[in-house]
Amino acid sequence: MISHLRTMWLVFIHIFHKKVTIEYPEERAPLAARWRGRIVLTKDPDGGERCVGCYLCAAACPVDCIALQATEDEDGRRYPAFFRINFSRCIFCGYCEEACPTYAIQLIPDFEMGEYKRQDLVYEKEDLLIDSQGKYPGYNFYNVAGMDAGVKAKGKGSNEEEPVDIKSLLP
Amino acid sequence: MPTIYIDNKPFDVKTGKNLLEACLSLGLDLPYFCWHPAMGSIGACRQCAVKVFKDEEDTRGRIVMSCMEGVKDGLRVSINDETAKAFRSQVVEWLMTNHPHDCPVCDEGGSCHLQDMTVMTGHNYRRYEFKKRTYTNQYLGPLINHEMNRCIQCYRCVRFYKDYAGGKDLNVFSAHNHVYFGREKEGILQSPYSGNLAEVCPTGVFTDKTLKEHYTRKWDLTNAPSVCQHCSLGCNVIAGERYGQLRNIVNRYNGEVNGYFLCDKGRFGYEFVNSENRITQPLIRNQTIEATTHDKLIQHVGKLVSGHTLIGIGSPRASLESNYALLELVGKENFYQGIPDDLAYVEQKIVDVLQSGAIHTPSLKEIEQADAVLILGEDIWNTASVMALAVRQSVMKTAANHTTEQIPLPSWHDMAIKELVQETKGFLANMTVLPSQLDEIAATSMRAAPDDLARLGFAIAHILNPSLPEVPDAGEMINTQATIISKALQQAKHPVIITGTSCWSNALIRAAFDIAAALNGGLAFVLPECNSLGLAMMRAPSFDKAAAHVQQTTNTTAIILENDLYRCIPAIEADAFFSRCKNIIVLDTLHNRTTERAHVLIPAATFAEADGTFVNNEARAQRSSQVFMPANKVIRESFKWLSDIKALQTTAGNGHERHPDDLLLALENRFPQFAGINKVAPPHNFRIHGARIPRESHRYSGRTAITANMAVSEPKPLQDDDSSLSYTMEGYRGLPPAPLIPFFWSPGWNSGQSVNKYQQEVGGMLKGGDPGIRLFEQTTTLPTFYRDVPEAFVPRPDRWMLLPQYHLFGSGELSVYTAGIASLSSGPYISLSKQDAERSHVKDGDMVSVKTDGKTYTFPLSIQESLPDGIVLLPAGLRGMDALSWGSWVNISTEIV
Ligand code: SF4
Ligand code: SF4
Ligand code: SF4
Ligand code: SF4
Ligand code: FES
Repeated sequence: MISHLRTMWLVFIHIFHKKVTIEYPEERAPLAARWRGRIVLTKDPDGGERCVGCYLCAAACPVDCIALQATEDEDGRRYPAFFRINFSRCIFCGYCEEACPTYAIQLIPDFEMGEYKRQDLVYEKEDLLIDSQGKYPGYNFYNVAGMDAGVKAKGKGSNEEEPVDIKSLLP
Repeated sequence: MPTIYIDNKPFDVKTGKNLLEACLSLGLDLPYFCWHPAMGSIGACRQCAVKVFKDEEDTRGRIVMSCMEGVKDGLRVSINDETAKAFRSQVVEWLMTNHPHDCPVCDEGGSCHLQDMTVMTGHNYRRYEFKKRTYTNQYLGPLINHEMNRCIQCYRCVRFYKDYAGGKDLNVFSAHNHVYFGREKEGILQSPYSGNLAEVCPTGVFTDKTLKEHYTRKWDLTNAPSVCQHCSLGCNVIAGERYGQLRNIVNRYNGEVNGYFLCDKGRFGYEFVNSENRITQPLIRNQTIEATTHDKLIQHVGKLVSGHTLIGIGSPRASLESNYALLELVGKENFYQGIPDDLAYVEQKIVDVLQSGAIHTPSLKEIEQADAVLILGEDIWNTASVMALAVRQSVMKTAANHTTEQIPLPSWHDMAIKELVQETKGFLANMTVLPSQLDEIAATSMRAAPDDLARLGFAIAHILNPSLPEVPDAGEMINTQATIISKALQQAKHPVIITGTSCWSNALIRAAFDIAAALNGGLAFVLPECNSLGLAMMRAPSFDKAAAHVQQTTNTTAIILENDLYRCIPAIEADAFFSRCKNIIVLDTLHNRTTERAHVLIPAATFAEADGTFVNNEARAQRSSQVFMPANKVIRESFKWLSDIKALQTTAGNGHERHPDDLLLALENRFPQFAGINKVAPPHNFRIHGARIPRESHRYSGRTAITANMAVSEPKPLQDDDSSLSYTMEGYRGLPPAPLIPFFWSPGWNSGQSVNKYQQEVGGMLKGGDPGIRLFEQTTTLPTFYRDVPEAFVPRPDRWMLLPQYHLFGSGELSVYTAGIASLSSGPYISLSKQDAERSHVKDGDMVSVKTDGKTYTFPLSIQESLPDGIVLLPAGLRGMDALSWGSWVNISTEIV
């Protein structure tokens, strides 16, 4: 009996507490930049697709909900021919983002992905690709990689010497 | 057996090995780069360091390169010694100072030996702050990609390309820390073994360019153990699929067959599976809507097979299962081989010889170990590429063995042995119609017409066994050659004679047999297709007999199994045959001239979509497993289609599907020459601890996304009822039985070098024995010699003997569907000897016409300096070219129109 009254009292005094719920959707909670929500594919500073189709995100994904196919343009720059995430499977763990060597795949603070049909939760590259560098502005993988894929010539990358002149015996 | 102590534990190891091999054979992990099991040690990379102690008391020890240290009894070694570990991790760190930040865009990634070794030694963060050396790349042709920045200077590529495979156009340039591995000038790599660079190079400098077109990481492939379809050697391959397309072929080690290497035709010739030209729909022609369904087709075919005379044309490139299913359907007496009479006759002779048990037919491994090789008439450079590589090893190793008999050096000590051997070579006699690259390493070679080569063979046999007939009017050339060769063969302990069908000469087979039997040496044959021997062993009559058969009947229904008759039968004869058939049912994989003639066309599965057993040139039956199930359900194994049709006849309607094992069992019960073939692979219901063997790696990605665009709910995993391999990532993860190894992988060893873990000892056989069942072994039967020596070849006035010239790139029916291979294929030409050309007043490039089989073929002349007079050569099997009556005498006209 006492316990019941106590419970009612405790509930009653909540009327005078500060409200933690908000009037969503009119009002929105502030989400940190590192909040792990909807996944996007970002772009390089030069406007090219950042993803190089390395398959590491797909391999890291614990629910195997990422499938893609790498292809390359005439300069040898790799990009995904298709890139599919099945968000009905995604658990927003962020492993893909962690695995991505190019900062292409990023989880962003957006969770409003509800759909009436589960099929609509399958996102293709067109749905994922955004016209922004996301959280890591200024980074272009090809500037630090050794390959010449039309972004920088051999020897022009950061921390690179000019290509070796193989006809010379000088040290 | 010496006992060595590794980290104070005693191990028994094999004599004559080096410490690295010994450790790896014991299953221990020790990093290495420059050593290769097939190429020995040079001690260049310093990665395999271990510590060796003088005796039990010695606590200081000294660092040695394990690959350069032989094992001896009582040797005390430490792999885990702190200084040795530090040494190894520093070596990798140095190698990495210049290594580009490329893994994400590097095709080697995920099967990279450098990645594996870096992880194994524990180096992870870069401390070196200075700049990286860079290199420019070269265009190396359509098959191999070059990205020189990734090189770690292990020298494996040039050691393989030049020393092992005899190539000349890949080299080391520059000096000190600038060494460069490439060609003098950009251009197509000339060696037909260049594809192996992708596997030999421990980094991503050389990678498979065809894979790049549809790049997939190793961990994402669905793999199965398969058998190469492009020649009769039956090299073992691993084929990988992703998204319903065959993505690449890599070597599958088989100690007795291909060992570590493939030829470029086998490695890159897989694209036909993905071709636009595939037959994807069952067709019933001459009705308004030709495309039809499985059930309607079976119904329709049911009408065509009953009440008609049924004949079946088998195929040298279809599996035994499919050929046997056809034989069962049409009846033994109505089953024909689908190859011309002359060829069937030669192949029959080969089967007779093998089945007699009078001689031993060597495996490729045994050819490598031969100490004298005679090639009689077969252009193995083009028709059996990996055999040419094996012959090269025999020549090199024989010389090395002679040297090490005098100066004791372990066989793995590659550099030292090469220094000692210098240019000395073992014995090879290359006696062929045309020269080939093998002449460079041959002790003697000769160009002659097939009959003259056979006469040379009989002359050798006569010297070896004087009771055999002498060759009448042998002439000086044959006599001298016969003396040299017979002497070398007599001195050899393991002589091997190689011959084959490419000259379409029966006399060559007889002569080669006589030599081998007189010597009690090995006799290896080369046949045209991947299952030529299997088909020949069924001892069915040739196509010509089928053609004669249809002449006598009016309502024949012919079922043609995976065989483009226009590729082996002159068009005029094939046309005549087809016009006599009332109904033509064709099962095949790709549209071709034969499928155009079909009234009913049935889409068949390629090797990658099918289980099948193939018999290679040494009569080794080998199972090739299905790599993927085609999404298109009407593409099915021919034997499945044929069994469905058969089920119509037996109204009992045995609804259960027949597995390949059942067909093989029936085959062996029917034909005793196939005894034992059912053991070629574990049966379809074989399980290990109740589990199947997964075709997919445990890190296979995208399972819930691959088909999500079509339906978001994941489909049930595909069920493979025909083998114990599964289409999932789950299953038994230990060592599978050797014939069922879908891919090589071991913890910490992601690259193909993990094969070490699957072998009984490094470079030895796979655990549980190398795959394949040899159907014929030598018995105590005494040989019956052939004594019929052919007449000498005499050029005829104004007539030429028409012979085929095969091309590794171009002559294959299927391999030319790979664009890179097609681009390396030669165009059509006509070859005459220099004298013949002069006599006819034509120059290189002039248009020359050959009249044969009711047609005139006009092509540019290509003069062959050393071609014997009286012979005209045309390239065989080029795409779109008719089959010609090889071995017949033809007219040539040289009028320039
Ligand atoms: S890890 Fe990054 S670069 Fe690699 S495939 Fe995924 S998104 Fe693309
Ligand atoms: S060679 Fe290996 S380590 Fe080097 S970039 Fe390629 S995958 Fe990475
Ligand atoms: S290219 Fe490859 S095989 Fe050749 S030296 Fe460099 S790393 Fe070794
Ligand atoms: S030698 Fe023949 S079987 Fe071997 S890989 Fe080449 S084509 Fe295939
Ligand atoms: S593997 Fe021993 S030094 Fe290279």
